[in-house]
Amino acid sequence: MTHLHLDHVSIEFPTPKGPFKALHEVSLKIDKGEFVSLIGHSGCGKSTVLNIVAGLHQATAGGVLLDGREVNAPGPDRGVVFQNHSLAPWLSVYQNVELAVRQVFKGKKTRAEMREWIQHNLELVHMGHAMNRRPDEISGGMKQRVGIARALAMEPKVLLMDEPFGALDALTRAHLQDSLMEIHADLNNTVIMITHDVDEAVLLSDRIVMMTNGPAATVGEILEVDLERPRRRVELGGDPRYVQHRQEVLRFLYEKHAKIEEFPRRQAADRQRKAPPQARKTG
Amino acid sequence: MRLTLPNLTWAESLRSLTRGELPVVQWQALARAILLPLIGLAAFLFVWAQTAPLINTSLGQFPGPAQVYAQAGNLWAEHRAEQARAAEFYERVEQMNAQRLAQDPNYVPRERRFSGRTTFIDQVKTSLQTVLAGFIVASVIAIPLGIVIGLSNSLYAAANPVIQLLKPISPLAWLPLVTLVVSALYVTDNPAFSRSFLVSVFTVTLCSLWPTLINTAVGVANTSRDLLNVSRVLRLSWWTHVRRIVLPGAVPMIFTGLRLSLGIAWMVLIAAEMLSQNPGLGKFVWDEFQNGSSASLSRIMVAVIVIGMIGFLLDRSMLLLQRLVSWDKAAVLR
Ligand SMILES: Nc1ncnc2c1ncn2[C@@H]1O[C@H](COP(=O)(O)OP(=O)(O)OP(=O)(O)O)[C@@H](O)[C@H]1O
Ligand SMILES: [Mg+2]
Repeated sequence: MTHLHLDHVSIEFPTPKGPFKALHEVSLKIDKGEFVSLIGHSGCGKSTVLNIVAGLHQATAGGVLLDGREVNAPGPDRGVVFQNHSLAPWLSVYQNVELAVRQVFKGKKTRAEMREWIQHNLELVHMGHAMNRRPDEISGGMKQRVGIARALAMEPKVLLMDEPFGALDALTRAHLQDSLMEIHADLNNTVIMITHDVDEAVLLSDRIVMMTNGPAATVGEILEVDLERPRRRVELGGDPRYVQHRQEVLRFLYEKHAKIEEFPRRQAADRQRKAPPQARKTG
Repeated sequence: MRLTLPNLTWAESLRSLTRGELPVVQWQALARAILLPLIGLAAFLFVWAQTAPLINTSLGQFPGPAQVYAQAGNLWAEHRAEQARAAEFYERVEQMNAQRLAQDPNYVPRERRFSGRTTFIDQVKTSLQTVLAGFIVASVIAIPLGIVIGLSNSLYAAANPVIQLLKPISPLAWLPLVTLVVSALYVTDNPAFSRSFLVSVFTVTLCSLWPTLINTAVGVANTSRDLLNVSRVLRLSWWTHVRRIVLPGAVPMIFTGLRLSLGIAWMVLIAAEMLSQNPGLGKFVWDEFQNGSSASLSRIMVAVIVIGMIGFLLDRSMLLLQRLVSWDKAAVLR
C-alpha cells in the first residue's frame, strides 16, 4: 500500500467570475521516508496541492489517502511548516512548540516528558539556546527553525513544507538545508517540500515533481534524483549527475513550460505614465 | 544616552532629575516633557482669567481661576464639616444606646443612619462608582459577545446591522425606557441597590457597550490567516484557540474599544444624572444651576474641571491596565 497517495486531485475555486480550476487530476504516490520536492512557476498551484494534503482545502474531485485512509480535514499527523513561519508573536519559542506538543501528546506524555521532548526538538534545529525568546527577538532563519521544530515535535507521518526557506538569505538557507538533511537522515520522515530553487530541489530530494503552469495545473514530469546520501553541497557541485539533474529541471521550467509572464506591474506603470496624474480620492 | 526624546515621559525625566545626572540632551528632554505642558496650562489659565470678567451672566460675572479655586476650597470645607457632623451624630447615638442598655439590659439598639446633606465629594464618589459599575457590566457583556461575533463571519454579518442601529442612540433616548423597565422589573422589599443607581448604570451600559463590542469583534476577525491555519492543523479546542491564538492578537483592539467605551460611559453618566436627577456629579451641576446663587457658577466650574480630570484619569488607568496586560511591551501606547 502506498504511504501517501494523491489520486486524481482536482480543485475549483469559486470566484466572482465563475469557478477557477486551479488543479486538474494531480496524481502522485509517495513512499514512507521519501523526500519529494514540488517545483513550478509562481501561481501554478503548488501551495494548493500542499494545502489539500494538509486538509486545509478540499479537493473538488479525487482525493488524498494517507496509509489508506482518506484525508479531508487538517490534523497533527500532517505537520505543516508555513512559508512565513506563522509563530504566535505573543508566545515564546518554547511556548510555540509547547502549544503543538500539548495538543498532540495530551494524556500520552507527562509534563516532564513533554518538557524534555520540546527541548529535544528545539535542539534538533539548533534553537536550544533561545527557547525563552519571543519571535520578534530572533532572526528570520531562527523563526523558520522554530517552525520546523514545531512541525517535527508533532511526530507527523508527513512533513509538509511550503517554501520553508524562501524568505532567507543564501547562507542561512544553506545552513537550514544542511540541518534539514541531517534531520531527515535521522528521523526518516516523509517530506513534501515546495521550492522555487532548483539547486535546493536537487540537493534535498529523492524525487522532484515538476508542475505545469496553471490554470488546471497538473504533474508535468517527475525526476528521480539518484545521488547517494549523505550529500555534500560542495562536492556535488562538480558531480556530472548533479549538473545533469539541474539541467533537466531548468529545461522543464524554462523551455518546455516557460511561463509567459504578463508583467502586470510594468503595464500598470506604463498606464500611469501615459495618463495625466490625478488627485487620489480618499475615503 | 537617550536619543528617543519624544518618547521620554515626564516620570522618566523626573527620575533622572532626582538622580542628578543631566547632560544637555536630558535637559532638553526634560523641557519637552515638563516645561511645555506647564506652559500650555499657564497659557490656558491666562486666557481664562482675561476673558472671564468680560462675560456677564444673570448670576454675575463669569468666574476666573481664582474664584473657582476659592470655591473648590469651600466645597472641600463643607465636606469636612459634614463629616464632622456625622461623626458627632454617631457618637451621640452610641452614648444613648449605652445609657438605654444600662437602664434596660434587654434593650436592642436600633440602627440609625446619619442623613446629612450630600456634599460635592459624595457626589463625586457616587458618580465614580456608577460609571465603573456601568462600564464593568458593559465590558462583561461586550467582550465575550464580541469574541463570539468576531469568530464567525455569518454571525458578524447578522449582528452588524443591529449594532450599527443601536450604537448612535443618545443616552437621553434610552433613559425613559431604562427608568420604566427598571421600575417595572426591580421590585424587592429589600433592595441591595437603589433604583436610581440601577437606572444610571444600565443607561451607561447601553451607551458604552458598542465601541468595545465592535472593536473586539474586528480584532478577533482580523486574526492572521496563518495562525488560523496553525490552529486548524493542531486541531486546537475552541477554548484553547480563543485563549492562545485569538485573544492575544485582539488585545490592542479590545483596549482601544475599552478606552472609547469608558470615555463614553463617563460623558453619558453626567448627562443621565442631570436629566434624571439621579445622585452624582450631574445632579450637583443641575442643582447648582437651579440654585442660582452668586457662587453657583464657580461651583459648577469646579464640577466641570473635576469631571474633566476624572475622565482623563480614567483613560490613563485604562492605558496602565493595557500596558500590564499587553504582550507587546515595546508597542507605543498613547
Ligand atoms: N482561495 C482561493 N480562491 C481563488 N483562487 C485561488 C485560491 N487559492 C489559490 N487560488 C488560485 O489558484 C492558483 C494557484 O495558487 P497557489 O497559491 O497554489 O500557487 P503557488 O504555486 O503556490 O504560487 P507561489 O509559488 O507564488 O506560492 C492561483 O492562480 C491562485 O490565484
Ligand atoms: Mg505558494
